[in-house]
Parts: sequence; C-alpha cells; structure tokens
Amino acid sequence: MAEKLVIVGNGMAPGRMLEHLFEEAPGRYEVIIFNAEPRVNYDRIMLSPVLSGEKSYEDIVIHGDGWYIQHGVTLYKGHKIVAVDRDARTVTSDHGVTERYDKLVIATGSVPFIIPVPGKDLPGVITYRDLDDVNAMLLAAQSRDRAVVIGGGLLGLEAAAGLKERGMDVTVLHVMPTLMERQLDPAAGYLLQKAVEARGIKVMTKANTKAIVGDGKVEGVELADGAVIPATLVVMAVGIRPNVALAKDAGLAVNRGIVTDDRMETSDPNILSVGECAEVGGNVYGLVAPLYEMARVAAANLAQSANKRFVHSDTPTKLKVTGIDLYSLGDFADGDDREEIILRDASAGVYKRVVLKENRIIGTVLFGETGDGAWFNDLKKKETDISEMRDTLIFGQAFQGGASADPLAAVAALADDAEICGCNGVCKSKITGTITSKGLTSLDDVRAHTKASASCGTCTPLVEKLMVLTLGDSYNPAAITPMCTCTTLGHDEVRRLIKAKRLKTIPAVMQELEWKTSCGCAKCRPALNYYLVADWPDEYADDYQSRFINERVHANIQKDGTYSVVPRMWGGVTSAKELRAIADVVDKFAIPTVKVTGGQRIDMLGIKKEDLPAVWADLGEAGFVSGHAYAKGLRTVKTCVGSDWCRFGTRDSTGLGIRIEKFMWGSWTPAKVKMGVSGCPRNCAEATCKDVGVICVDSGYEIHFAGAAGLDIKGTEVLGQVRTEDEALEVIVALTQMYREQARYLERIYKWAKRIGYDEIRRQVLHDLPRRRDFYDRFVFSQKFAQVDPWSERVSGKDKHEFRPLAAVPYQLAAE
Amino acid sequence: MTWFPIGTIDDIPQRGARCVVTPQGKIGVFRTHDDRIFAIEDHCPHKGGPLTQGIVHGASVTCPLHNWVISLETGLAQGADEGAVRTIPLKIEEGRILIALDRQLMAAE
Repeated sequence: MAEKLVIVGNGMAPGRMLEHLFEEAPGRYEVIIFNAEPRVNYDRIMLSPVLSGEKSYEDIVIHGDGWYIQHGVTLYKGHKIVAVDRDARTVTSDHGVTERYDKLVIATGSVPFIIPVPGKDLPGVITYRDLDDVNAMLLAAQSRDRAVVIGGGLLGLEAAAGLKERGMDVTVLHVMPTLMERQLDPAAGYLLQKAVEARGIKVMTKANTKAIVGDGKVEGVELADGAVIPATLVVMAVGIRPNVALAKDAGLAVNRGIVTDDRMETSDPNILSVGECAEVGGNVYGLVAPLYEMARVAAANLAQSANKRFVHSDTPTKLKVTGIDLYSLGDFADGDDREEIILRDASAGVYKRVVLKENRIIGTVLFGETGDGAWFNDLKKKETDISEMRDTLIFGQAFQGGASADPLAAVAALADDAEICGCNGVCKSKITGTITSKGLTSLDDVRAHTKASASCGTCTPLVEKLMVLTLGDSYNPAAITPMCTCTTLGHDEVRRLIKAKRLKTIPAVMQELEWKTSCGCAKCRPALNYYLVADWPDEYADDYQSRFINERVHANIQKDGTYSVVPRMWGGVTSAKELRAIADVVDKFAIPTVKVTGGQRIDMLGIKKEDLPAVWADLGEAGFVSGHAYAKGLRTVKTCVGSDWCRFGTRDSTGLGIRIEKFMWGSWTPAKVKMGVSGCPRNCAEATCKDVGVICVDSGYEIHFAGAAGLDIKGTEVLGQVRTEDEALEVIVALTQMYREQARYLERIYKWAKRIGYDEIRRQVLHDLPRRRDFYDRFVFSQKFAQVDPWSERVSGKDKHEFRPLAAVPYQLAAE
Repeated sequence: MTWFPIGTIDDIPQRGARCVVTPQGKIGVFRTHDDRIFAIEDHCPHKGGPLTQGIVHGASVTCPLHNWVISLETGLAQGADEGAVRTIPLKIEEGRILIALDRQLMAAE
C-alpha cells in the first residue's frame, strides 16, 4: 500500500517537489495537500504582471485541477492546518478534516511583515503576497485614486508599477536613502528611482512611516516628520518573514525559519520542510531558484532515489517591471580588498558595475542593459580569473576573444553548464539536449520539458537563441509571425510593449522596438497607428500618412481611382427627406451608380475625388454623417422592425440597434465591426453571422459574437443573456473594447475570439463586473475623442490638399 | 525638355504625395520622411492604381489597389512583382519644385 504523504501548503516549492517525486517514484505515495488559499498552484512570481494587466490568473496557473486528478492528489482548497499531532502522525484543518501521514512536508511559506504602527489594521491597508491581495488592489485601483506603497524593494516597486498601470496616483515610501538597497548600490538605486519616477510614480526616500491615519478607513500615511500623504489604499511591502507558527506549535526546532538539515528534514525525521518557511544551513530564501533546489532535494529524499544535498548559491535579482532592466548578483559592497570596474552611459541610462576580488567576480550590478548578466554570473560561479580580459570585461561577452557582436554567437559561446534559467536552475546543455532528444520545436514545448523560462520569463530571449542554434532554420523564433519585415516582433508583443514602455508616437515605437526600416512599411504603419489610437486616445495625434487611403479621405477607393460614399443610416432607418437629399446629390454630381448595401444603407459609387468635399457638404446639410463604410471601425448595426411593427417582435430591436450605433460610431477597431439586432429568434436581421449580434427574447437580450459571413462562414457564439437594454449595451461595449485592446490589426472578432478563447471573453466582459465596467469606461473615454464626423471636418477645410491636385500644367502652355 | 514649376516642398505632406495634372497624364510628386522629393507617373504598372493615394514608406510607395510596392527612385516594382513606371526629372530651386516634361510628347497630345 502506498505511504501517505501530507503537504501543508500548495505554493511553488511543494508543487515543484511533487513534479520531481512523481517522476522519480511514481505511485509510491498517496498525496494529500492542504492549501489555505482556495485555489491550485500558481506562479507567484507572476503576480506583478497580473496586477499590471499583462497577464491574467489563468495565464499563471502552474497546475490546473486536471493535474491533481491525473496524479491522484487530494487537494483541500481553503483548508488551513491548525494542529499537527506528531505522536499520532496526524494533521487537522480548520474545517475539522484530520488526515494521517507517514511523511509530512511543511511548506507554509512566508507572511508579509506588517510594520507595527497605529492604523495598520484599517480597511484599505493590504499586503502583497497572494492572488487575494492582487484582487484587492485591482478593486481599489478602480477608484483611480491615490495609493501609497510602503517599501521600495522588489515587491513594493512591482506593486507600485502595477497600480500606476491601473490608473492610480502612486507614491512609494522607502525608509532607506536609495531604492532596493539590498540588491543595488546607490548609483543603480538612483537610476532606478529616476526610471520609476519617469513612469509618473512619486518616490520618497528616507521616509519613516509613523502612522496610518483615517476614520474607519485609510485616508493617508503620516510620516515621522509630520507630513501626511493622502491615500485610499496603502500597500505594505516592507518584507516577508518565514511562516513558522505551525511548526513552532508542533514543537519542531525553529530559528528564523523551520530548521532543516541539507536533506530538508526538520528535527522530526518524518517531517520535511521546503520553501520560504525553511531555514537550511542558517539561511532562509525568498527567490525561487533556491526554493526549487529545496524541492529537488526533498523529492529525492522522499523518493529515496538519490542522496541530494542542498548547497547554497547566490541568486541574481531581477525586477519584473517591463521597461526597467536591472540585474544584481552577489556581493557588491566596497572594501579594501576589492576592485571594481564601472561603465556609465548617462544618455542611455546604462550603469554597469562588476566587483572583483583577486581577479575574480564576486558581484555584479547592471542597470539599463542586462544582457550580459548570465555571462557575469557564469564567470562568478566558476571563479574564472578575468585578468586576461580585464580591459574589456565590462563591455560584456560580445567583446571577448574577438567574438563578433552577434548575439547568437554570444549564446553559442556559452559553456555547456552555463546557467540559462536562474529561476529553475536550467543550464545550456540541458536545454539543447532536451530539444534534440525530445524533438522539441516550440518555446512552449521547451518550457514544458525543461522548465527553462517557465517562471519569470526574463531568460526567454536566451532560450529562443538556443533553439535557433539547435534547430537552425527550421525554428521560427518564438513561432511568432512578425508584424512585417520591418521587425522581428509579433503584433501581440508590439501591443504589449507600446503599453508597457508608454510609447506614444510611431517614431517612438520604431526607435524603442528597433525597427529595421527608417519609417516602416504599408503593413506596419497602419497597424501601429491603430494601436496608438486605441491605447492613447487622448494623447496620440493620429498619423494620417499611416492610414490606408480610404481612412485618409473617408471614402472607398474604387478600381478606377474614383470613390464611393456611404452615409450613415442609423439602424437602417431612413426617411423621405434623406432619400430626397441623396437623390439630389446623385443628380448634381452625376453619380453613375446608386446601390443598396448589405448593411441596410445606400452607396453612391463613382465619385471623383475632387468632388468628395462638395458631396459631403450637401449630404451634411440633410443631416447625414459619414457611415465609416471605409473604416476599420464600427460599420453598420443592421436591425429588423422589432416590436414596433412585427407581430412576432418581442422588443424594440430597431431602437436598440440605433442606440448601439449612436453610442459606438466613430470608434476605431482592429478590423471592421458589423453588428445586427433581431427582435425575435426568427432573426430577420441575420444577427447570428455578425461580429456582434443581439437576439431579443421575452426574457431579455441574448448577446452573440464572433460570427462571420465573408471569406469564412461561421455562426456566432452565445456570449450570454442579459435582462435589460442598458446591460446589453454595456456588455457589447465592453466586448468591443476588449477586442480593441487585445486583437491584432486586421484580425476580425471571430479570429481573435477563437485565439483568446470564448470562455475567457465571457469571463472578462460578462461575469467579471468590475472588469466589464472598466472596459466600458475606457471605451466611453476614447469616444470623447473619436466621435467627430470626418466629413463635416473636411467640408470645413481639413486636409484640403488631399482633394486637390498640386498643380495642373495647362495644355496650351505645355504645347507651346 | 521644359521645366515647369509645380509648387513648394511645404505643399506636400511628409511621407505623402500630391498629384499634378499634365497633358501626359497624372504625375505623382512624393515627399519622403527625410524630405527627399520624387516624381513618377501616378499610374501603377499593375492595374493603373493612383500611386499618390498610397502609403509612402522609405523611398517607396505602396499602391492602394493591390499593394504593389514601387520604388520612387527607380520607378521599378519591388519584390516579386515586375513592372515599372516612368520617373520624371525633378529639381528644386529656392524651395520651388520643378518637373521636366517632354516638349515633343506634349506637342503630340
């Protein structure tokens, strides 16, 4: 019979331990996990990207529910162990569940340190430790109010950046003179402060918190000098301490952490401890690499497979704030027996410092340019004598031994045992070997099999270069299709970086993302223009020269160079007055073709470009505005007559269609958006093949999305049903905004939705109400700048040059 | 060859183009991001699309009809496409742009 292994805690260390254990001794143990958090094992390192919005919780799950089932693990979610009876070998949870164990692993992690000041328990004071904290911060961030983060270390700065990204006004209080003083020297700390401040985050150093003030809830933070900083949210991120309470109660030896030997055994041989709660060799650890090492050792102990022992090693520190690159490793304090090499490039914001002792690297601080971190780490680990390359050491690996500056060559030159992934302790040969032996071809596969770049992800470029080296041309880097030949980056990456680096012009994007061409091409420029319009609606100045001609002159170019013009007919409803105005325009400008479109409106074709402003002027007098029939934007909202006339109509589908169209016209989207509203399930408006459709039913509004009736034919998916028209509008707007923010340029909703997942979209725009509201609010904000009729603007003289020849060489003069 | 003044650099948007109507057909005058000026026939060798309506990038323009890319310097279609448009001699004097048109051809119109 299998022995019983009980684990208290379900964080990354025990999760990794089980992976090793199932590999080394499958079936040996029946595993039971108690998790105080009501969820599966997720990647805590990635909480910051969740906070900033770059990732979602689903993205960071390490072991989904299926994994526990597959391995026969019993997971008690939301059960906190309150007692360990070492004599009876049982544990008991706060819900009264008792389990017997043969082996027990305590992996209770750490608890945030709360500074003992008055007001620390006020509502609005939170720590930054788990997903619940992140959710609490996200909720608070909706206020777009002021936040104070106490603590200018790794966690504090990541929290500050995330809150800022979410729209809060953020101040960081740090008690020491420079930020992250435990990992950075003062020079790098200064650069870091500048970089943080450049994002609009206020930083106060030497700021000693005296009290958190407020009546019933947080209203501000009072400093020792009496100053009060107003805030509705206070995040305490001053540090963590090992969570040893349970072990202490059980009578185990406890020092700073739960004392273990180098095989992770506590003072009771039947009880092991791994993770941030464990103290091994007198050290406790907070970074993931040594914790994973503990997991490996503990698994070997439990499996009795190998005599592995825990050995201390320095772990590099990296900050996970996109756009701020820093790397710190080892010991970098000054000293008489030490020498240092420093490189500063003020304009580029680069600072590099290598600390040497007897010609060997003992510490490194890199800021602004961290690509050589792995190489310095390797030299340090191997205690390489660097006297030969001393003059060029600081410039990095590319400058050594005549090697070219080609980054691939630099990776090729790394030793086989050079560490590539610090989080998971994966070396170069393990990656290249696994790629070859398992025939891996994608980054995801490599992550799955080797764990390299599977945690914090900062080594992804290195891993990809190894894939290129191993697979040669057959590897398409990252399996990402670049936007165009001007860049190696894909659309998603470019969109992410535009937000993260706060790039607000096309030249800024091209400069910062290292475009290979001077001013892009006809593929990337319209895409970038759209991304910038969508992401910075109030700040970005639309670049008309980067728009396709149709969007530049607000009409559709035809094969002979003439244009077609489609005015808006809200919901497909028109009147005698409008039809008369159209007839007059057709006569006056001798428009050759008048055609009814599929979107319930009228198209006038064959108009000379020079005539466009005059045509629009006449249409404008009759009350017409642009129908955006040429735009990657909201086109039409097709409707049926609904309850106004139809004997089957359940609701006012025409009215809802018009309301949607009037609310959403003018918005730019990644590709065209066509909608439809039907008044009953007979669906005369054909809403079930639209990008977004509504079917009215007696009990409310069934919202559909992701249909197609063009190159592809696809029925819609049901997003969900809502009861009121207001709610229907809100959901549709939120869906459109999510699409605007996340899709790739020219990607229709049905393709985007398939890629993202229908359930994920449902979750974000239907079920997650705060999120839905956020999307809605952002759309409304953006409309303030988008709802300007482009036709009347041009009738008033905008972009005159577009509609007139530069010059005409007269015939008689030419013929002289 | 006769030189005709057609306007100034400022009349043309950067990374943009304007059209000049001549007895020889329409001519496109292009201004690049770095303020170089080129003149070519405003008529794509593929299906006659108006090149002045395209997106100007580097020293090329992409035709609005079917995305052929035409070099402003040589008039040649780029990439896999084959074809060419005529380039028109152009000079700039004191900010004024002049293009050269062929007398004989014009007389023949």
